[in-house]
Amino acid sequence: MNDRHIDVVIEPTRDHYEDIQLFTARGSWIKLALLLVVLVSLPLLLPGYRVFTLNYMAVFVIVGLGMNVLVGYTGQVSLGHAGFLAIGAYTMVLLMTRLAVPFPIALVMAGFVSAFFGFLLGLPALRLAGPYLAIATLGFGLAVTQIIGHSALFGGHMGLVVPDAMVGPFPLSGDVSKYYVIVGITFVLALGVRNLSVTRVGRAFRAIRDSEIAAATMGVDVAYYKTLSFAVSAALTGVAGGLLALMTGFISPGVFTFTLSLMFLAMVVFGGLSSITGAVLGSIVMGYLNLEMDAFQELPVLGPALEGFSARFMSTVGLPNFGWVVTGMLIVFTILLEPRGLYGLWIRALDTMKRSKSADTELSRSGSGAD
Amino acid sequence: MSFFAVDGLTMRFGGLTALDDVSFEVDRGMIFSIIGPNGSGKSTAFNCISGIYQPTEGEIYFEGEGISGLAPHHIARLGIARTFQNIELFSTETTIDNLMLGRHQHMHSGVWSGVAMLGRATSAAREETENRERVQWIIELLDLVQVRDRPVGELPYGTQKRVELARALAMEPKLLLVDEPSAGMNADERAEVAERMRELRAELGVTILLIEHHVQLAIGLADRVLALNFGKPIAQGAPEEIRQHPEVIKAYLGDG
Repeated sequence: MNDRHIDVVIEPTRDHYEDIQLFTARGSWIKLALLLVVLVSLPLLLPGYRVFTLNYMAVFVIVGLGMNVLVGYTGQVSLGHAGFLAIGAYTMVLLMTRLAVPFPIALVMAGFVSAFFGFLLGLPALRLAGPYLAIATLGFGLAVTQIIGHSALFGGHMGLVVPDAMVGPFPLSGDVSKYYVIVGITFVLALGVRNLSVTRVGRAFRAIRDSEIAAATMGVDVAYYKTLSFAVSAALTGVAGGLLALMTGFISPGVFTFTLSLMFLAMVVFGGLSSITGAVLGSIVMGYLNLEMDAFQELPVLGPALEGFSARFMSTVGLPNFGWVVTGMLIVFTILLEPRGLYGLWIRALDTMKRSKSADTELSRSGSGAD
Repeated sequence: MSFFAVDGLTMRFGGLTALDDVSFEVDRGMIFSIIGPNGSGKSTAFNCISGIYQPTEGEIYFEGEGISGLAPHHIARLGIARTFQNIELFSTETTIDNLMLGRHQHMHSGVWSGVAMLGRATSAAREETENRERVQWIIELLDLVQVRDRPVGELPYGTQKRVELARALAMEPKLLLVDEPSAGMNADERAEVAERMRELRAELGVTILLIEHHVQLAIGLADRVLALNFGKPIAQGAPEEIRQHPEVIKAYLGDG
């Protein structure tokens, strides 16, 4: 093909960078500043034990970002991500305890080691799809906890105590200082995944999801990008595992269960597949529910009523089981209402607001967000 | 050696012979049509050329190199692009993102540079911007300006066909395989398709290998035509010869 371009009047001249720019609309810088102010001030406003919850939710958000890359973008399913979480957590803790590696470096290594295992799991995944891939990844997740549980190096079923972490000269002692580290990393990773999604690699991932054959005939090496997607997803989850170890101070195989893997898959579907906003929203909600399921108990009137109901009809232990029922129902109803999950509901709400606004003024400048 | 050649191509699926000893040559800058009734093996031939199927026998040569057995993405990188009979677009993506997929092999950003795309000056951002500028003329040429930022899944059928063609052109191919460009179109739209093919060849000098169910369109456009029936080549030659060839007439009208 010649390089001869056809003379067509291009008008008005388009700035092509705008397509991939993070903040296009004028108001978005203000929104970012607001978000940062909220994130910075949250731990100072909330009671101490709530900061722990926030940290837990942030860890879930990082896993959600990783699941979004694999499930949302590339269209591969995984029921074994608790395995990567465990690999990240144990890698970091062992590096810190056995080799006295400083926390920041150990955390980065957790990401790399987990990515390596992601790559390994990605290889058989090339030949598997749908339910077969689900079962293979499930097996991986179960195997990881079994191996950890039976090895003295990993502390067996007794688990490992996480040593005190330092960032340079500063010790990360309380939940608040850990919060700033965890949420800071979460913010940076979310930005990174967003950038990845609008550039070449992210596009190749989504092309594979939409049509493997078309992607291949466009020059996309499908095998390479599938394994790469597993590696990127595992890397993020590994970092999340390291941060989980940091915030809880103790890790054991019992933490990284199959139920947790299921949760990870559920939260990106619930949040809205293939959307970073959706993954973040879904992870926040699921992270909260996963930790605070019995928080229903604390609700006035409703709490005792639910507890009575649950104790009578559902279980002998009161509310914890009911928490699962609520979580399940929340997922089912959201998906029924809007297949794009929370993100879809959010978009609908924005549309409705925009429509009522543009009815008043003719001005309707669309401000596209991160997706 | 000619620009593109297929030599003794045979494709069997179990007991079914979809292509039986098909040979043809295409010169640079030509429009070459493959015609034949439904099930005559036209699309199978395309799938062999683009690497989706591994031919049972025979060889395919592109610029003198044997390419049969290569993976589809290798063949794409050599400069062979295609469209599909049943549109294979990335349906949740916008028109521009579909075209950018066509740029994949001409771009280099990996995970790290993609993640680190912070601001206009970073390498991934520069590459994105440059390549978006580069495909803008294709968007204008194929009249896709209005739908540039719309997800292609919600576009009308005819527009989707144009997006698919645009995506193939974005690859800057040397050889363009076009599968049934006029499927499901009326006479006016068919005339438009014919005009577009001529324009592409004239303006871009791209060699076009065309599969077309609609005989008049295929023959009218082509410099040379191959007719298939039940996977076997029944005639090959200049458009006028094919139009009057008794075997071709029989294949389309039946033995009656």
